[in-house]
Amino acid sequence: MSKKKQTCEVIVVTSGKGGVGKTTSSAAISTGLAERGYRTAVIDFDVGLRNLDLVMGCERRVVYDFVNVIQGEATLNQAMIKDKRFDNLFILPASQTRDKDALDKDSVGRVINELKESFDYIICDSPAGIEAGAVMAMYFADQAIIVTNPEVSSVRDSDRILGILASRSHRAEEGKERIKEHLLITRFSPERAAKGDMLSVQDVQEILSVPLLGVIPESKSVLRASNEGIPVINDKDSDAGQAYSDAIKRFLGEETPMRFIEKAGIFQRLFGASTE
Amino acid sequence: MSIFNFLKQRKDTTADIAKKRLQIIVSHQRGGDEEQKDFIPKLQQELINVISKYVKVDQDQVKVELERTGDCSILELNITLPDTLA
Repeated sequence: MSKKKQTCEVIVVTSGKGGVGKTTSSAAISTGLAERGYRTAVIDFDVGLRNLDLVMGCERRVVYDFVNVIQGEATLNQAMIKDKRFDNLFILPASQTRDKDALDKDSVGRVINELKESFDYIICDSPAGIEAGAVMAMYFADQAIIVTNPEVSSVRDSDRILGILASRSHRAEEGKERIKEHLLITRFSPERAAKGDMLSVQDVQEILSVPLLGVIPESKSVLRASNEGIPVINDKDSDAGQAYSDAIKRFLGEETPMRFIEKAGIFQRLFGASTE
Repeated sequence: MSIFNFLKQRKDTTADIAKKRLQIIVSHQRGGDEEQKDFIPKLQQELINVISKYVKVDQDQVKVELERTGDCSILELNITLPDTLA
């Protein structure tokens, strides 16, 4: 299958804080873009703690990894794993045995440039933290998806990551146009926000002032999907899956109303009106 | 809705408190990139050195703070002189 876009774009999925849903989101977003016909590569930058392969259900097919490619022990073609469902989606797993120092900017840049020739989108799944691994994942990005939970520590860390994106990426260092930022709120509970027990979507967006790409509701389907190794976006009946599909639409420039952000009131439920 | 509930709703919810706390943190975090803020301790030390030449002041009597509101940054310098001088 040939490329759909003329230029390739590199997108980093990042958050600062761990456990907020970066890998789940990377898996869903890359699958969603592939589903829309874009040739997509997704790279796990979490060297030493690889997990993207598990979430995408290809852990048993890992032979070579990102570090093997960096060090010239394998070619990209040997290391990239083709997705089970979409033949235009490829996964580059992280190494499980090395540490994060195994990546250097020159080599990562070389791999990304090679990928750019045959892909429309390259998704970089960042490790948590703000150290070398996270900086490496964002360094070559054109766009960034900031994954944030409606919770104080996650929001503060996201703000910190925004500062690093603005100062330490390749674009920042070269004085080019800044990385386009998107906010993705995950694990949102409309019920708890309505009660005042959780920050609202508006609160988080106001604090971070980054355009909102989507809101993924807290959902049992996310754990079910990772249990099975099927990105949750494939579960078309689930709220989280639908919310990711909506986010992909917005990412590609289609307008679609935010769903799953307001609790369905008793009257709305009785009379079947949609939750806006 | 009982009066009790009515009163309870007027109070800040925990989400309101979280938002206020985050707004303060974020404005501090953005109120200068790390490098910019780094000069504050050194500036404070040098100011103390200069002032000490003329007046005897305690280290903790000289306070330097950088605050940013919107596009405007304010460098606040607060020196408390000892009573004996007055």
